[in-house]
Amino acid sequence: MADQYYFRGGVHPAEGKKLSSGQAIQVPPLLESYVVPLMQHIGAPPKPVVKKGDTVLRGQLLAQPGGFISAAIHSPTSGTIKDIGVCMGPVGLETPAITIASDGDDTPDESLTPLNWHTASRDTLRERIAAAGIVGMGGAGFPANVKLTPPLEKPIDTVILNGVECEPFLTADHRLMLEQCDRIIQGALILGRILDVTDIFIGIEENKPDAIEVMRQKTAGTTITVAGLRVRYPQGAEKQLIYAVTGRKVPTGGLPMDVRCVVNNVATCAAVADAVNDGKALYERVTTITGTPVTTPGNWLLRVGTSVEEALKLVGGVKKDPAKLLLGGPMMGMSIYDLSVPVMKNTSGILLLASDEVEQFTSNACIRCGRCVDVCPMTLMPGSLSVAIENEAFDLAEAGFAMDCIECGACAYACPSHRPLVQHMRRAKAEITAARRAAAAKK
Amino acid sequence: MEAILLLLILGVVLGLVIAIAAMIFAVDIDPRIEQVEEALPGANCGGCGFAGCGDFARAVVAGDCPPEACPSCSSAALSDIARILGVAIGVREEKVAVVRCGGGDHAARHPRYNGVSDCRSANLVAGGPKGCDFGCLGLGTCARACPFGAIEMTDDGLAVVHPDLCVGCSKCVAVCPRNIITMVPKSAPAHVLCNSPAKGAAKRKVCSAACIGCRKCVKTAGEGQMIIEGFLARVNYDNPPDASIAECCPTHCIHATDTGARAETSEIMQGEAVNG
Repeated sequence: MADQYYFRGGVHPAEGKKLSSGQAIQVPPLLESYVVPLMQHIGAPPKPVVKKGDTVLRGQLLAQPGGFISAAIHSPTSGTIKDIGVCMGPVGLETPAITIASDGDDTPDESLTPLNWHTASRDTLRERIAAAGIVGMGGAGFPANVKLTPPLEKPIDTVILNGVECEPFLTADHRLMLEQCDRIIQGALILGRILDVTDIFIGIEENKPDAIEVMRQKTAGTTITVAGLRVRYPQGAEKQLIYAVTGRKVPTGGLPMDVRCVVNNVATCAAVADAVNDGKALYERVTTITGTPVTTPGNWLLRVGTSVEEALKLVGGVKKDPAKLLLGGPMMGMSIYDLSVPVMKNTSGILLLASDEVEQFTSNACIRCGRCVDVCPMTLMPGSLSVAIENEAFDLAEAGFAMDCIECGACAYACPSHRPLVQHMRRAKAEITAARRAAAAKK
Repeated sequence: MEAILLLLILGVVLGLVIAIAAMIFAVDIDPRIEQVEEALPGANCGGCGFAGCGDFARAVVAGDCPPEACPSCSSAALSDIARILGVAIGVREEKVAVVRCGGGDHAARHPRYNGVSDCRSANLVAGGPKGCDFGCLGLGTCARACPFGAIEMTDDGLAVVHPDLCVGCSKCVAVCPRNIITMVPKSAPAHVLCNSPAKGAAKRKVCSAACIGCRKCVKTAGEGQMIIEGFLARVNYDNPPDASIAECCPTHCIHATDTGARAETSEIMQGEAVNG
């Protein structure tokens, strides 16, 4: 299975996973306050249903979805609403947030009751996943219930669990698969029941042989197949994973459902299992806090709203001066400059890089060496696209399928001229989207 | 000798052919088009909506477009065009661009922005190099877009429009990703150089030259001359206060238009004068 399909391109950066892959998941003590951002997903902003001064319980609804593609937000602990204002978000802009002062009791809210997924109807299960505010926990934060509600004309026959974790340094999913594989398998079976699918695959890269081993043992006798995959970045990208596991190619501009697949992260599956079996909303997740400057790198079950500053205290601070702080991995993570940024549902890692690991590049002209073309997993030509974008020829960029870019950063990693290729592609995507919207509005 | 003679004859004959062809295939051009084009600024800024000054001149001579649609023409140039065409010119208020941000050295900075040196690209990544989410990004996209060289990027990363060079073509307005450049009457004596709708305290945290919404200017100015919307004051350009309004602002975010007055009120300018 594993090497039958081998997606094109990709890179293999230094892994750095050894720092934290041996560390069991730890549970931190309760904090005095949590700042919960409202926008933790892709889609419409949710609407707060609490007001300042209200008392809330752990797992109580704070904000309800603001549209179909949106997600509910829940309180990470019990306490009072201190403020409904703003906080610094991961993209460097302020974002609306609710601040909760903890009362120290951590009393759970029991409005979501456990369901029996064998007997509950599919719609009940979908509603539960929406009510628990579950979003894709691999990074993008796409609301899970939306993925599980494919249109009738697009039948699904395969569910793929994403345990690839191809980003260097991150080990949160690895630890989760080792320690809590029952939850993941439960979640996978629930997803299979919702979509009426029995073909379930778990894609895991071969640099996690222990996780593959554990998963193989636990899934014996079920309809779940564990697929060991040759290590390469960005194998964890949806389209690449689908190809690596099934050999199906998602058409340009298409979604996994166009090739009858649904892909979910293993952490998302575990959250689905909790939501259905225990009625637990998504308010905490396993996050890897790592990097060479970190004193004791590890994997922690952080509650949403924990600030990066508090998270770094858990690992004993830093032993040498960090030069860069990232939310997520080194390839696609967001560089942040403010320690008050809170952990969110899709924060898979907090990564510190030392000054000898971070270089400040000066970008040069494209020398047309073609390395970016070799490594692009979407078969684009990032170099020539970036030249077009620099000259603001967005029509050329669109004709060159700039919209297919998954922003994995393999091109920028490979570029000997240190060109900020991903930033160029983002600009093009923003401009093309704006132009398409304007054209649609005209019609 | 024969060669020289042959080429001479060939040259004369071909020259005659060209001359005759030019007469036969001559295209009638209204001489006024050329005259109007000469009177226009010739920057091809596109502010009129036509593809350059030549296109605009043709439209004006054909009567499809009034001459005052050119935002860049000086009054003198407009009256020249009116003389050429023999028409009366409508009244046009001259406008200039103003960058509604004074946060150069005053604004907090993010460490090490190392990306594409273009405001629109920077705006997509971590909000760009400065702490304020609403202020000038300082990477000079507007200055590069200005066909008249009227926008200067200061050393502290702030775009400043020189009103005497600005002709009001609005090209910069369209390219600014933060929408902080607006067109204002050239006669306006003062402007509020802040664009952040955030609360005063939040603005103070990221910029010492922000409008904190203290209402002092509203009280100092005559009725209706200064308008406050949320936490942001702005000049009522229909009924503007006089330039002395700049003196009352505790954060010096109101700047008088006259460059002399600017130097008195602006710490940025003062700093430059001292350093330079």
